[in-house]
Amino acid sequence: MRYAMAIDTKKCVGCCDCVVACQTENDVPHGYARDWIVERTDGTYPKLNLELRSERCNHCDNSPCIRCCPTGASHYAQGGIVVVTEEKCIGCGACVESCPYDARFSHPEGHIDKCTFCLHRVEKEQDPFCVSVCPTRCMYFGDLDEPGSEIIEILATRKWKVLSPETGTKPQIFYLY
Amino acid sequence: MKEEIIVSGRMNEGIDPYLNIWHWEIPIYLFLGGLAAGLIFFSALYSLLGKESQYKTAVKSASILAPFAIILGLVALFLDLKHKLFFWQLYTTIRLESPMSWGAWTLLIITPLSFAWVATFLKDLFPVINWDKSFYARMLRMVLKPVEQEQNWDWKYKIFRVLEAWIIRNKKLYAWVLIYYAVILGVYTGILLSAFNARPLWNTSILGPLFLVSGLSTAAATIMWMSSDHKERIMFSKIDLILIGIELFLIAHLFMGFRAGPEVQVEAAKLFLGGNFTMMFWVFVVGIGLILPAIFEVFELFGKKVPVFIPAILILFGGVMFRIIMVDAGQLVRYLY
Repeated sequence: MRYAMAIDTKKCVGCCDCVVACQTENDVPHGYARDWIVERTDGTYPKLNLELRSERCNHCDNSPCIRCCPTGASHYAQGGIVVVTEEKCIGCGACVESCPYDARFSHPEGHIDKCTFCLHRVEKEQDPFCVSVCPTRCMYFGDLDEPGSEIIEILATRKWKVLSPETGTKPQIFYLY
Repeated sequence: MKEEIIVSGRMNEGIDPYLNIWHWEIPIYLFLGGLAAGLIFFSALYSLLGKESQYKTAVKSASILAPFAIILGLVALFLDLKHKLFFWQLYTTIRLESPMSWGAWTLLIITPLSFAWVATFLKDLFPVINWDKSFYARMLRMVLKPVEQEQNWDWKYKIFRVLEAWIIRNKKLYAWVLIYYAVILGVYTGILLSAFNARPLWNTSILGPLFLVSGLSTAAATIMWMSSDHKERIMFSKIDLILIGIELFLIAHLFMGFRAGPEVQVEAAKLFLGGNFTMMFWVFVVGIGLILPAIFEVFELFGKKVPVFIPAILILFGGVMFRIIMVDAGQLVRYLY
């Protein structure tokens, strides 16, 4: 089992619905966000190219945050989802420093917090909440090891990229373009 | 033109607008850890070489600072933790991939080892204790007891006496173990940073030896400062000069590596070569912290009178600045946006 997400940058309109949905679903403390929208602009006016990306933890296959965690609080849950056990986390910040995507933050209660791919929903075979609420349906969530799944078909037929592949983290969020 | 901005208004504390999750605690710990590693290293080394009487400050008096430096460093590390009450989770597992994990275990070993090591010198350094001062006496009576001898105190509990005798009997072995752990501790202060490949400025293996040499240099400066013996001062002046030379050599290599590296490391080096940290680094760390004290030490070797505390303080200052700058600047460099 290997959960992954494909996000269609051609469909995303940057409405921030996924951001707000995540904050409500996961009780993200006020002033924090587990996912965010990046707007990339290329070229000069009036010849511009715009790309919108909904970004979050990449649930990397080769996670630097799991490697450097001194207590084992950061670990792989089912399907390669990277999660933090709050009772094991000492809040040292090593994983925050190690993440090239800056996807982690320090929760006001002290432990480190991050996107969980809505593990509590995935366990019930539901999609992560950001995927469910997306009004343009630009996000696809699925299992890369399940033959015939929608995400495999999309990744086989569309062009895609991952963020900062040069860091060697093997990210599992694929941006379609 | 290429521009990437976060448009959803993310403002996670300590992450945005730029990473700032490690504050003053980490550089202070890195400094104290390096200093302690150096003090323990020199103490054990000169004890092994059989020069206890010749370099008494290095072997005995200065090394007393080491365990206290470690304890202060541990306090700083503890202050840095955000989930403080769970710190014991560090000692429920050994994770070899995580430098912080084996660093924590190294500290757990070297702290008691260094305390026991300096405790064996106490009878020599402080043969007579004034039992009249009531407050000190009451504190000291917790572990010591007065005896009617020339040396008017002894350990209160038998286990201390047994331990002391054992360490003195096995001094060679003990010193080797200390040297081993001191080097690990010194290198660890650099490896802690260099293991993060997400931070291009830190992600270079030169940081390990660089921090070790810098730690040894601050320790040599401390010994030089504390020593009242002219020969010993000159000796540690020379050692310090060599260490400063190695440090400058490693710093040059650091920037050569960055300049020849991938784009993100070229960007990282720009912070120091024209960017925001240029003045801070080249003036305070390299100028005031390395080259100026080196000049003073050369003067002293040629017989000119220079108050020893001047180069010593400059080196210690440079050591602190170096770590503050590396930790701060390292967090500014990133891959995305």
